[in-house]
Amino acid sequence: MKLHKSISSIALAASLAASMNTSAIAAETIKVGILHSLSGTMAISETTLKDTMLMLIEDQNKKGGVLGKQLEAVVVDPASNWPLFAEKARGLIENDGVDAIFGSWTSVSRKSVLPVIEELNSVFFYPVQYEGEESSKNVFYTGAAPNQQAIPAVDYLMNDLGIERWVLAGTDYVYPRTTNKILKAYLKSKGVADSDIMVNYTPFGHSDWQTIVSDVKSFGSAGMKTAVVSTINGDANVPFYKELGNQGVSSSDIPVIAFSVGEEELSGLDTKPLVGHLAAWNYFMSVDEDVNHEFIAKWKSFIKDDNRVTNDPMEAHYIGFNMWIKAVEKAGTTEANAVQDAIIGVTTPNLSGGVSAMMPNHHITKPVLIGEIQSDGQFETVWSTSGLVAGDAWSDFLPGSKDLVADWRAPLSCGNYNVKTAKCSGQNF
Amino acid sequence: MYKYSLYPLLLIIGLFTPLQSFSGVDFQTTLNQLSEKSFSKKIKTVEAIISSKNPRTKFVLESLSKGRVYYIKNTKKVVLGLKSDEKYITKDLVNDETLGIFTKREIKKVGINNKIRQKIKIGLATINLMDANKLIRLQAVKAIYKDLNQEVVATIKPLMEGESDVDVKEAMLVAINIFNLNSKNSEERINAIQNLKGSLEPIVKVRLKRLKRNDNNEQVRLVAESALKNIESRISRFKIIETLFFGISFGSVLILAAIGLAITFGVMGVINMAHGELIMLGAYTTYVVQLLMPNYIGLSILVAIPAAFIVSGLVGILIERGIIRHLHGRPLETLLATFGVSLVLQQVVRTIFSPLNRSVETPEWMSGALEINGILSLTWNRLYIIVFCLIVFAALVMVLKKTSLGLQVRAVSQDRNMARAMGVRSNWVDAMTFGLGSGVAGIAGVALSQLTNVGPNLGQAYIIDSFMVVVFGGVGNLWGTLIGGFGLGIINKFMEPWVGAVLAKVLILIFIILFIQKRPSGLFPRKGRSAETN
Repeated sequence: MKLHKSISSIALAASLAASMNTSAIAAETIKVGILHSLSGTMAISETTLKDTMLMLIEDQNKKGGVLGKQLEAVVVDPASNWPLFAEKARGLIENDGVDAIFGSWTSVSRKSVLPVIEELNSVFFYPVQYEGEESSKNVFYTGAAPNQQAIPAVDYLMNDLGIERWVLAGTDYVYPRTTNKILKAYLKSKGVADSDIMVNYTPFGHSDWQTIVSDVKSFGSAGMKTAVVSTINGDANVPFYKELGNQGVSSSDIPVIAFSVGEEELSGLDTKPLVGHLAAWNYFMSVDEDVNHEFIAKWKSFIKDDNRVTNDPMEAHYIGFNMWIKAVEKAGTTEANAVQDAIIGVTTPNLSGGVSAMMPNHHITKPVLIGEIQSDGQFETVWSTSGLVAGDAWSDFLPGSKDLVADWRAPLSCGNYNVKTAKCSGQNF
Repeated sequence: MYKYSLYPLLLIIGLFTPLQSFSGVDFQTTLNQLSEKSFSKKIKTVEAIISSKNPRTKFVLESLSKGRVYYIKNTKKVVLGLKSDEKYITKDLVNDETLGIFTKREIKKVGINNKIRQKIKIGLATINLMDANKLIRLQAVKAIYKDLNQEVVATIKPLMEGESDVDVKEAMLVAINIFNLNSKNSEERINAIQNLKGSLEPIVKVRLKRLKRNDNNEQVRLVAESALKNIESRISRFKIIETLFFGISFGSVLILAAIGLAITFGVMGVINMAHGELIMLGAYTTYVVQLLMPNYIGLSILVAIPAAFIVSGLVGILIERGIIRHLHGRPLETLLATFGVSLVLQQVVRTIFSPLNRSVETPEWMSGALEINGILSLTWNRLYIIVFCLIVFAALVMVLKKTSLGLQVRAVSQDRNMARAMGVRSNWVDAMTFGLGSGVAGIAGVALSQLTNVGPNLGQAYIIDSFMVVVFGGVGNLWGTLIGGFGLGIINKFMEPWVGAVLAKVLILIFIILFIQKRPSGLFPRKGRSAETN
């Protein structure tokens, strides 16, 4: 039935297009939807990703498109409004007849799109690091799962810097809460006492960090090496680091490792108080590889600004887009079911010199890099995993999800298969 | 790009190698090891640089921590690199001679990590112990509290004899006592504990705790315990002062954001939802002023104050003349219209400056903290903002009380018709009042640019708080805003350690709802006839 509906919607779109007398063009292009906020709170991060997609599509068209057809980008603006994401996604699939959508930043916007994408059986690429605990037939997660960012970061702090006391600070919403739950369980499994973990949540856009920084300072002066693991969301970071700097907390006393501070965020602030603090990502602009230099040069000339930076979610789109192209070529069609089957196992070069592969759980393999912030707003890689890490949809450190696995290949075809009860709870979990 | 790369290289090899003195060559060889990729090797090299006691050591360490040390990829020679445009001008680290210009791909920065940064810090501190400036000496002593060893203490001891400054001498004495806490002789340990009894340095507390737990001599354990008690009771006293300071500084931010609204909403009765965006415009004005004078960051903040007042004030007058005037006496429509204006202003800023946050630099004199002792330090930016808030408040009160504009504003707000009958041009007064309130919002933006992000969403974060303060303080009363702001700030900060930031905010809102139920006109209600017209 789903298939029938999507075919009819394509037919509808085609007839609409024909009636608008553009059938000659419509027949020859493959449409790609771009669902990133261009206004509202999230425009700060998402506008860049829209531009990245436009650049990738333009580039692919220069190479001759895909399946002999040119690609056409359909850009819509969900305006940082979560329900609007679902509406716009529906519009993209039903009215514009796009074959794949690249979009979203926040988890809540992804959750809002999810039912629509599943109902209309389309293909959706999500490029941002997230909390895991999800695997959909229709969604491809090209950002990091917690085991590709948070867990390795904690390992680095524990083993290389000898951290014994932990402050888990985050903004009060689903990503930090879930990540911190996983991290707390992980730390405890490594023998860290409850009294050595301090968890702290702050509202969105929190700007008065005096008390919290002062608390962190006294928490850190107990004679054990202390670090802050920060899942603080974008905007609240600037006043946080400023306060750290002003209260004299330096990166060598109490290092802060952040999961959502990247080159783009750093370009918007005075980096003096941040130097030496850490971030964990799967890509840094400073990665010294030819493929990365090329990408940066291309980006700068596309955006016509020599000062623009590249960041991790951009790389995720780069990988996701190339994987989709390969899958479409492999399947010989853009039809959703065929692409979903074909894309598993597809490999494509990432920007840090390796080759990423799409796993059966719709997550990809990536290296994990830890970088220290430098005064020029770039990262100096101080540690990286020796190989690539495969994204784990269901965390091994949460009681509910320990027994779940996701495998979208033929016999199992399930996003949340419980290995204990041997049951699949279906798409609706 | 590659075509030019060999030429300067040949120049270096041809010209400079023979000129170096022997020790220079030796030192350069050590430096060249910084081109190793492994951080553990780099640490060894940094240690070697420090122990070489070369006259250039200080310069090398400083350049390294500022990220100005590079190595040339072909020759592995480590040099000083200064970025200009997309190229790098390189200089010899040993003798300062210019070596040539390289592109980004030909040289690579010597990256450092926190361990190396810490080593450099200690290395520099040891050198700075002999600096001529006493403040630098003091900082140097304090920097090595955590890394005391036999060698460092051996350097400090003779220096202490010759030290002229009391503070530095005191700090050196503390350093030696901290070192003695680890002494093998229990007498010496007890002595050191006695000497450190009143010290508030965090490291002292850490060491005493360790002694209290682990020392094999019972006497030492007991002395350490009593010293700890003494220290902790002093700390808790200072913590209260600190929280009070946090509250006052948070309150002054609230007041700054709200005081413009206290005029437009409080005095004129206009619900201006675009108030936050007027603050944002002030912050962006600071950014633009800083772009115009990149070499005078400190001065640019001062210039930005009148500039922001004018920009936001003019926009405010435009809003008043263009929209609010036509909606006089229709609060609901005014609210909706100004909300629309706020969205328009946000999107305008997004279009002009891009949706990304802009970086406003903090001048040197506003960074860091005024250290009163090891526990209590008041951050400079907060101190300045408290003072600034009080100045702005005093100025506004003066304007309303002492100038003819103020007189007319009060007249119009109390009884518009009567004021007009007396010949007050109420339209003009409305525009000026709104302009004044908006201009003050702009000034608040300058202050906020030093604390938080300068981005299109800046205003939204403060609009609710602003209304909260004005309503709590009592509409139409500047003093109410002042007391309300400080009160809410202090309550919030005293609650935060117990309940967390999220719940503290919720509790404050609940408190205000209950308060408004009891006293609908806020802390300081209007009295007399004007109270009824509102």
